[in-house]
Amino acid sequence: MVNLLWVLMIAAGAAVAAAHGRIGVVTDAALASARQAVEMMLGLVGVMALWMGVMRVAEEAGLIRLLARALAPVARVLFPSIPRGHPALGSILMNIAANLLGLGSAATPFGLKAMQELQTLNDDPGTASDAMCTFLAINTSSVTLIPAAVLALRAEAGSINPAAIVGPTLVATCCSTLAAVLADAALRRLGRRGRGRGLAGVGRPGQAGRPRGGLPRRA
Amino acid sequence: MLVGILLLGYLKRVRVYEAFVAGAAEGFNVAVRAIPYVVGMLVALGVFRDTGALGLVVGALRPVLGALRVPGEILPMAIIRPLSGGGAMAVVADVIRTHGPDSFLGRLASVMMGSTDTTFYILTLYFGSVGVRRARHSAAAGLIGDFFGFAASLLVCRMMFGG
Repeated sequence: MVNLLWVLMIAAGAAVAAAHGRIGVVTDAALASARQAVEMMLGLVGVMALWMGVMRVAEEAGLIRLLARALAPVARVLFPSIPRGHPALGSILMNIAANLLGLGSAATPFGLKAMQELQTLNDDPGTASDAMCTFLAINTSSVTLIPAAVLALRAEAGSINPAAIVGPTLVATCCSTLAAVLADAALRRLGRRGRGRGLAGVGRPGQAGRPRGGLPRRA
Repeated sequence: MLVGILLLGYLKRVRVYEAFVAGAAEGFNVAVRAIPYVVGMLVALGVFRDTGALGLVVGALRPVLGALRVPGEILPMAIIRPLSGGGAMAVVADVIRTHGPDSFLGRLASVMMGSTDTTFYILTLYFGSVGVRRARHSAAAGLIGDFFGFAASLLVCRMMFGG
C-alpha cells in the first residue's frame, strides 16, 4: 500500500510536470527534498538522543511500573476475558504505560510479550482473540502524553512555542483511542451476530496479519 | 522536568549517567535509522507538490473539503499517517517548512502526528509476531480511531489556534 502510494505520488508529479512541459521540475524537487530530509533529521539527532536518554533514566527509576499499577483498574474493565493475575495483563499494562510516557522502543517489547501471553489464552491461534483486538485498538490509536519527536522537530524549525501542540494532541489522541476502543466493541458484537449467518471472518485477512517471521522495520 | 527526572533517578540509585548514555544511544539510532524513510517520503512528497500535482488533487477535492472546512494541504498527512510513521513525520516536516511551525497548518500537522499511531505497521508487527493471520475487525477499528483522531485534531486546533 505504501509502495503504491509512493510510486503514484512520483508518477503523478512527473505526469503533471510533463503536461506543463517542465519535466526538469521533477529532478529539482527530488534533489532538493532529499537534501532537506537529511539536514532536518541530523538536526533532530541531538534532541532525540537527549530525550531518550532522560526517559531511560525515568524508566530505570521505576516510572513505567508506577504508572502501570495506577492503570490496573482500567485494564480489568477493558479486558474482561483475561483471568485475574494472568501475566498478559501485566505486559499489557507495561506496554500502555510505556506508550503513555512516549517510550515507544520500550513499549514494543512489552507489547509483543503481551501478544504471546494473549496467544496462550487464544482458542484459535490463527485468529485474533477479543482481547488481542482490544489491545491492538489501544495501540494503533496511540496514547502518548508527550509527542517527543514532533516537539523536537518543531523546536528545530524555530517555533516560538514548540509545546503549544501538547494539549491539543492529548485531546485528539484521547478521542482517537476512545473511538478505536468503542469501534472495537461495536464491531466485535456485529461480527458475533454475523457469524450465525455464515459471515465469519469479515475482517479482511491478509491485510493485517502477515505470517510469522520477517518482521517489518518501523517505518 | 528534565532535572526532576534525573534527580529522582539518582535518589532511586539508578546509575543515571550510564542509563542516560544507553538511552541517548538508542535515540541516536532511532533518528539515524529513520533517515532513509524520511528521504524516500520527502522526495515523493516534494515531487508531488512542486510539480503542482498536489494542487490539482486539492483543487478537485475543494468542494468536498471546503464544505467540511478541511484545509486541503493536510490531505497527504491523513493518507500517509496510518501507513508509515517515518513518512508521516516527513509530511509534518514538509508542512512546517512550507507554512512555518507556528502556522495553523504547521500546528495541525503536528497534532495529527501525535493523535494516533501507524495503524498498519502495528497490526503487521503485533499479529505477525504470534502468527495470527485473521485480524478480524482490528484494521477497521484502527482506521476508525485514526479518522476520529484527525477530526478531533482539526476541531481542537480550530478552537485553540483559529484558522
